[in-house]
Amino acid sequence: MAKVSMTVNGKTVTREVEGRTLLSTFLREDLGLTGTHIGCDTSQCGACTVHVDGQQVKGCTVFALDVDGADIRTIEGMANKDGSLSVIQQAFQDHHGLQCGFCTPGMVMAAASLLAVNPKPTEAEIRHHLEGNLCRCTGYHNIVKAVMAASGQDVGSIAAE
Amino acid sequence: MRDFEFVKPATVADAVKALAADGAQPLSGGQTLIPTMKQRLNTPERLVSLTGIAEMKGVCKGEGGLHVGAATPHAVVARDAAAYYPALAALAGGIGDPAVRSRGTIGGSLANNDPSACYPSAALASGATIVTNTRKIAADDYFQGLFSTALEEGEIITEVRFPIPEKAAYVKFNQPASRFALAGVFVAKFSGGVRVAITGASNDGVFRWAEAESALGANFAPSSLEGLNLSGDDMISDLHGTGAYRAHLAKVLTKRAVIAAS
Repeated sequence: MAKVSMTVNGKTVTREVEGRTLLSTFLREDLGLTGTHIGCDTSQCGACTVHVDGQQVKGCTVFALDVDGADIRTIEGMANKDGSLSVIQQAFQDHHGLQCGFCTPGMVMAAASLLAVNPKPTEAEIRHHLEGNLCRCTGYHNIVKAVMAASGQDVGSIAAE
Repeated sequence: MRDFEFVKPATVADAVKALAADGAQPLSGGQTLIPTMKQRLNTPERLVSLTGIAEMKGVCKGEGGLHVGAATPHAVVARDAAAYYPALAALAGGIGDPAVRSRGTIGGSLANNDPSACYPSAALASGATIVTNTRKIAADDYFQGLFSTALEEGEIITEVRFPIPEKAAYVKFNQPASRFALAGVFVAKFSGGVRVAITGASNDGVFRWAEAESALGANFAPSSLEGLNLSGDDMISDLHGTGAYRAHLAKVLTKRAVIAAS
């Protein structure tokens, strides 16, 4: 066991972990932040996407000890300060960008990462950016619409379901 | 996953020392190694993370071209190499997906030498120099077949130096589920000649296509490739495509890369 410290959603946390403890396991089991979902645990699905120092990563493919000292943001840190949904989260609700919701935390984190560097992405850029996030319910159209809407753009041009 | 001791040195010298222990292995971005460890195909007793070594990070112009620190993630190469070597930056920006590009590193990719990885083609086609903690290795001597390289036990890639070509492009055809290259071709035109490196296709990993290089050296145009054919005999044959299919695909992609570079 070794000591690890990081800032998670603005709060500094310190725990003892094993070398093999993954960031996703650390968030869920040590911190109780179960919003970060583990879909495949093989780096394919992106449900465990979180931000490490502003960069999106798959939480299941990073060791907790390797991000010692980092600034971590998870889905629990995405809502507005008053508890209302953030623009991206609200857009997912408004445009029915989820059905079962399992992939949604990862989708929201990936979308936030895209909009941080590209505030007005095209539909193609959104689809390209979401390549590492799998959704088995929606067929992606409404997710793309939600990201488009969250960027303040018209969603009329996106193909109907 | 079996447990291990995690070590994160801040200098190359300390990393080399930490790697001297029995059962020690280096860890870069971990985008291949961690999934492999989950399957217990790899069970190191100690992992030495290379992600905290500042001297191994960053992209800058230097002697002999563009110097890329081995622990530089793909996303950073995609952003910071764009002004100097657009084809290399575009290749880095097309690896895996955004999360993989945040963590995965050029040094990790070259050390692993996956036969379907993108970076080996850039290194070989550019005639790059692989700099390690002990020596400099020419790309032509570095790649030695499937998952096999000139690296010795405990040797760490610290930097990759890319000569910058006059024209270059990388074109790949993704296996649609894994996003690994079913075939990928990097074409680089220098004043002294053309280099063509093909990844994803051969059983021996990345290789240079000598006939295409001389034909394109005489006339840098897609039509120069008309009479040439790659043999499918030594190509990967699996459920995604036969050897003959990959050989054909590599030729088509070489043409497309020449067009994209022109």
